[in-house]
Amino acid sequence: MSADQMLAFETDCHIFDGCGFEAPGLHSFVFEPMFSIGGFDFNKPILLALVGTLVIVWFFWAAFNKPKLVPGKLQMVGEAGYDFIRRGVVYETIGKKEGEKYVPMVVALFFFVWVMNLWSVIPLAQFPVTSIFSIPLALALMVYVVWVSLTFKRHGFVGAFKNFTGYDKSLGGVLPLVMVIEFFSNLVIRPFTHAVRLFANMFAGHMLVVLFTIATWYMLNGIGIAYSAVSFVMTVVMIAFELFIQVIQAYVFVLLTCTYIQGALAEEH
Amino acid sequence: MIALVHMAETEVPQNPLVPPIPELVIGLIAFAIVFFFLWKKLLPSINKVLDERREAIEGGIEKADAAQQEAAEVLQQYKDQLAEARHEAARLRADAQEQGAALIAEMRAEGQRQREEIIAAGHAQIEADRKQAAQTLRQDVGQLATELAGKLVGESLEEHARQSRTIDRFLDELEAKADSTAGSDGAESGASR
Repeated sequence: MSADQMLAFETDCHIFDGCGFEAPGLHSFVFEPMFSIGGFDFNKPILLALVGTLVIVWFFWAAFNKPKLVPGKLQMVGEAGYDFIRRGVVYETIGKKEGEKYVPMVVALFFFVWVMNLWSVIPLAQFPVTSIFSIPLALALMVYVVWVSLTFKRHGFVGAFKNFTGYDKSLGGVLPLVMVIEFFSNLVIRPFTHAVRLFANMFAGHMLVVLFTIATWYMLNGIGIAYSAVSFVMTVVMIAFELFIQVIQAYVFVLLTCTYIQGALAEEH
Repeated sequence: MIALVHMAETEVPQNPLVPPIPELVIGLIAFAIVFFFLWKKLLPSINKVLDERREAIEGGIEKADAAQQEAAEVLQQYKDQLAEARHEAARLRADAQEQGAALIAEMRAEGQRQREEIIAAGHAQIEADRKQAAQTLRQDVGQLATELAGKLVGESLEEHARQSRTIDRFLDELEAKADSTAGSDGAESGASR
């Protein structure tokens, strides 16, 4: 680990010691590779992503592999989560008949995003994998491919074009302008915002938690202990808040996914 | 200041919005693993059980409905039977009362009849006895009178009397008188009874 990535709590640097406060920044999200396999470097976020994947598969395997008519505890929890996404998100937005096909994808997306977010508060891990832009972007691109191909499949080339551009004759003169904006908004901006919304929320959340954590350590000297206590309380509050944001962001991510799919399947008006 | 200088000297961290391709691929693979297991294996498995459970619950409700209906039917049957039994009992009681009344009436009529028979027989017997007594009396009186007259007259009038039937005529007149008084008495006594 190079010196510029060293954080304040990794040193004995405290206030009143003539030692400057090293605020967390972009460097807090860059990790040195821990080891490489076949030229590919594994660093902490990548490892967390892989372990998270195993955790999700393990949980649902334990819950759903041998399901019983009268569920056990684990199965009950799994069913509650599954039912929440299936009924509360997919059926609500796409509808039961057409939505059934997309339930596995949306359920997988929700739990994947949520667990990757959850790493943020797991001791020793304490880093949300989704604050590495690659992860949300990969998911958003996948969703993008799904709904765009669905639009072509459902409406044909011309229909899909109309769908993307919000073609509506009644707009008259402004129609070309609207079409350009809509086209740009739907096909270029949308996948980007879809990914950034999740990334930025987790990034900012993690930044806040790290900031208060570092500040707590840094101010732990002399009279600074009082400030340190305040900062510690803020750390706890921010972690609790993060727990909430993690679920909300995972929910929003799949809700948008369903909305895009629903838009792709909708009849032109 | 030291930190800032430090930062400036080393390379600036990469723009966070420019993702390294390997990470992108790892992200997709990780998601694909989760998706594959849920899609191919685990969600179908839980869906099957959820459907089975729904059926079991619906079946249970249907069974309960059937049982309730049956219970209602049996209750209705019992009520019908009970009502029928009550009706039957009432009918039997009425019949018994009727029969009893009829029996009593019959017995009474029979008793009446027998009593009347006995009375009639008594009357007949009395009449027969009276007639016999009257007959005997008439003969005895005739004989005694004739004898007495013969003694008084000094000769036997028996032959004459028998021929002339004087005594008989006299006695018949007496009898007729007695009968008329006795008949009116008998009629009065019959009415009073």
